[in-house]
Amino acid sequence: MIRVALAVLRKDLLVELRTKESVPAMALFSLVTYVVFRFGLDRTSLEGDLAAGVLVVTLLFAAVLGINRLFVAEREQGGFDAFLLAPVDRSALLVAKALALLVFLVAVEVVAVPAFVVLLLGPAFDPAALVVLALADVGIAVIGTLASALAVQTRARDLIVPLVALPLLVPLVIATAQGLSPLLSEGGGGLDAGWLAVLGLYDTVFVLLSYAVFDFLLED
Amino acid sequence: MPALPLDEAGKYVAGAYVVFLLLILVYVAIMAGRLSRLERELGELDDAVARRTPPSASSNGHDPAERVSAREGDR
Amino acid sequence: MLYGKRLRGLAVASALVLSVAFALAFFYAPLDADQGFVQKIFYLHVPMAIVCLGGFIFGGICAIGLLRTGDRKWDLRSYVAIHLSLILGVGVLLTGMIWAKASWGSWWVWEEPTLVAFLVAFLLYATYQPLRFSIEDPEKQARYAAVFAVVAGAFVPLNFLAVRLAESLVHPRVLTATGGTMPGAMRLTFIVAVVGMTGLFVTLWKYEMASKNATFRLRALRRRLGDDELPPARRSAAPAAPS
Repeated sequence: MIRVALAVLRKDLLVELRTKESVPAMALFSLVTYVVFRFGLDRTSLEGDLAAGVLVVTLLFAAVLGINRLFVAEREQGGFDAFLLAPVDRSALLVAKALALLVFLVAVEVVAVPAFVVLLLGPAFDPAALVVLALADVGIAVIGTLASALAVQTRARDLIVPLVALPLLVPLVIATAQGLSPLLSEGGGGLDAGWLAVLGLYDTVFVLLSYAVFDFLLED
Repeated sequence: MPALPLDEAGKYVAGAYVVFLLLILVYVAIMAGRLSRLERELGELDDAVARRTPPSASSNGHDPAERVSAREGDR
Repeated sequence: MLYGKRLRGLAVASALVLSVAFALAFFYAPLDADQGFVQKIFYLHVPMAIVCLGGFIFGGICAIGLLRTGDRKWDLRSYVAIHLSLILGVGVLLTGMIWAKASWGSWWVWEEPTLVAFLVAFLLYATYQPLRFSIEDPEKQARYAAVFAVVAGAFVPLNFLAVRLAESLVHPRVLTATGGTMPGAMRLTFIVAVVGMTGLFVTLWKYEMASKNATFRLRALRRRLGDDELPPARRSAAPAAPS
């Protein structure tokens, strides 16, 4: 199963590298969002709760952009049928797509997080925040893949995906923002193991849940 | 915030229970609509069946509907 | 399966229990020390919320039934449960807002973690019908809706945990008496109200199941009689008859 998943993952990453469809748009979107926040909140410098909130929200909405496109190619070019015919474990597709989304998110963060530090963050950046963001990315990737798969059969795909994914992501937002906020504060706190545990638990539950239900979404 | 005096509080409590009642009544109204549609469709089905049986029975030479109505006319 | 059986008895019993519950609430349960008369909303709002969330989880369980057996009757059961819970959910939010206004002076309070968590769950389930409606093939619609119901059902307890964790750090829970500090008379009234509300839910559920089944059987009858005037089925979010 792992080999199949990695093969599909490699295909998706290659496609993205060549077409540069999703990641640059997501990164650009984050930058624009920072500007919008600067004017919407009427502040030039953020810290603590506010900084954590803006960062999480921006990443979330950039992720939604990427999620929308996750299964589109499969749907339009018959990739689903090919996958169903092949004698492979269907969950490999789930793993591959989730990993692809995770890679995209990390790639976007390579741009978005430094941009945030430069543009909006007041205090110095605590690298421990990257741990929180990594766990959050896993959760967003899993839930995003699930939402995308749910919406792939519908015509109103772009609308259904945020509506399904965002409520499911609320606990993740809570934990991420709470975890980030002391790290982004002046004279800040440390890494709160409690919120990391919450994030880890939430990720685990959804990984297991997605694995259990994904097969049913692929049947034809 | 201190507890509201009884006359003001009463309005809020009543409001909440009225919301509950309204929800139930709206639901009953929707179900009533469905029920009447069901009855109407049953009526159409009845007609469809009635329209169907006379032609098949007329091959016997007697239209049972005619026979019945003739008998009723005698009475 | 006949859902109309014993429905009348159940309906009468539920109405009775619920009336007793409300009577207890107003004539027997003591007046709350902090909130005064406004606290009486508690006996309506919280049982509704409990039954609503129970309905969502029941819908998820029925959805598991569909995924395991492929029998579409589970899809209908799941749909009706979630549909009814959504209606109750609207009631929960409205009564919650009325209670908040009366207790805190504003229509919404973020300090009450249960209400906030409920809002998130409600917003998720509000997507259920649009999702169903947007998938035309009835078999796929049933399957995808079932996956959604299962994930959402698992999400409900997680969500409440997470929101409660967040709020308890920032604001101590202030809105009264859902814990072990309730005096006996209040607790009795509350339990009776929950039982009555559950009875109401089951009654309405059976009612709607009976109505839908009757419609399906009628349509099937029409088709068997070869009635050509059958109007083409409109696209809908509700489960179609299993063919």
